[in-house]
Amino acid sequence: MNLLVSLLAGDLAVLLPEVLLGGGLCALLVLDLFVPQRARDLTYLAAVFLLAGVAWALLGDVTPSGTAFAGTWSLDPLARVLKLFGVLTVATVFLYSRPYLRARDLHFGEYYLLGLFALLGIFVIASAQSLLLAYLGLEILSLALYAMVAFDRDSPSAAEAAMKYFVLGAIASGALLYGMSLLYGLAGSLNFADLRVALAADGQAGVSVAVALAFVVAGIAFKFGAVPFHMWVPDVYEGSPTSVTLFIGTAPKLGALALALRVLVDGVPGQAPLWGVMLGALALLSLVLGNVAAIAQTNLKRMLAYSTIAHVGFILLGLVPGTSDGIQAALYYTLVYVIMAAGAFGMLLLLSGRGVECERLDDLRGLALRHPWYAAMLTMLMVSMIGVPPLAGFYAKWWILQALVQAGQVWLAVAAVVLSVVGAFYYLRVIRMMFFEAGTAGPPAPVPLDVRVVTSVNALVLLALGLAPDRLMELCARAAALA
Amino acid sequence: MIGLSHYLTLSAILFAISVAGIFLNRKNVIVLLMCVELLLLAVNFNFIAFSRYLDDVAGQVFVFFILTVAAAESAIGLAILVVLFRNRRSINVEELDTMRG
Repeated sequence: MNLLVSLLAGDLAVLLPEVLLGGGLCALLVLDLFVPQRARDLTYLAAVFLLAGVAWALLGDVTPSGTAFAGTWSLDPLARVLKLFGVLTVATVFLYSRPYLRARDLHFGEYYLLGLFALLGIFVIASAQSLLLAYLGLEILSLALYAMVAFDRDSPSAAEAAMKYFVLGAIASGALLYGMSLLYGLAGSLNFADLRVALAADGQAGVSVAVALAFVVAGIAFKFGAVPFHMWVPDVYEGSPTSVTLFIGTAPKLGALALALRVLVDGVPGQAPLWGVMLGALALLSLVLGNVAAIAQTNLKRMLAYSTIAHVGFILLGLVPGTSDGIQAALYYTLVYVIMAAGAFGMLLLLSGRGVECERLDDLRGLALRHPWYAAMLTMLMVSMIGVPPLAGFYAKWWILQALVQAGQVWLAVAAVVLSVVGAFYYLRVIRMMFFEAGTAGPPAPVPLDVRVVTSVNALVLLALGLAPDRLMELCARAAALA
Repeated sequence: MIGLSHYLTLSAILFAISVAGIFLNRKNVIVLLMCVELLLLAVNFNFIAFSRYLDDVAGQVFVFFILTVAAAESAIGLAILVVLFRNRRSINVEELDTMRG
């Protein structure tokens, strides 16, 4: 009995961030019931405090690194980086969303609670060392997101988007599970440590492994939103309220990357050539379709959805070689992309006031005259998404290309560069709308100071990371060093 | 004698039926939810067969988790269905096309 207690205590020490987040979340669920609607800011403040507490638990030596529960859970540098970044992203998203939700009478506690549940899911995926935990984390994340899309109950388009997302997401989970069940049958265990050994390179590399991996990769690709599993992305981005789009466009990308790194890189590294080819094909398709389809869009959210697909293509390219360099580059790209997406959707939220929805390309006409500072910030975000130095987006693309060339995948790198140039067109169109088109003078949107400051900082961080990229790159290198 | 391959074949057939059901069905969203359930049950079949074959209990534990998740998933699916019906007065799959891309 004493042994059990001490064993559990040792395990729980590694789980401190999750215990804090999960426990706080349950307390918040109850608290939110007793908060009157006009004092809903209380839930927001409590959520932000909770996130601060979780961030504290992740920093320094508060929580020891190590494994728990018979090696099925691990808190390593990669998990730490992903979790810390997730906390930061979710806190920023909450901050951006509050004025928007209030202006639409949508300011309910559920938004924050579902967001925190999604974050818990990301935490579980980031530390998973067994197929079971990876699956459970993914479902915690996905179920929270399905509900979040349908959050605006009176919007027909949100309900439609939620239904599409739910059905397609359920198929993807099913495919992933089917692949996992085959992997379990082939390896005889759910733990990544055993999978690694059982499915090593020179072991069995037959058709059965390929089939299992194809199902797993399809499930992961869906969560990323890579072509041909991208059908939900444009509809969900367009249909849901912009604050939900902001959430779905940022934090879950960390979860998807964690899933790919844990299941593929930690679980079956011996089969890297096999899943590398699959990811390469998905990446190429995503780059083509994302960049080309984005040009035809007039809805800004839809355009950013296709741009997401193109960026996801780039992230997957980093995983193709299966080398340490490539994985670091993919991690770096994901972190930078999340910053860019948060900035871009945050700017859309900031420009949408009460009764004003900034979601068509035309809504940006003449923005440079109305709000020169916002226009400058949005320009910076767009330029970073194109990948122009000295902004962070450039280094993100550069390191992916470098990893590809080093691994001898020159033609993939060339294709990626060509398609990025095609993609530059629609980002530049946004900038042209703001600076060179006459617009109607709309009323200045009253935005709280904290949102304006954080949005500006968000855009300026990209410049800072572009001028001094070493720190974050070192962090990624340490996090994603192959064991 | 019924062996492992029989179970795996049955599971693959169930999986294929449910995927086909999702893509062929153009009428009713509730049928989609039923197909999703079938999908997860097909996977359960796989896990139980492997678990028995490998004499390893982990697969059966996984099945319990899948059953729990399936319950949560259908709860959320039905909730979304209710929202959808309130907004549109219809749960016809073919009418889910106001956004197309």
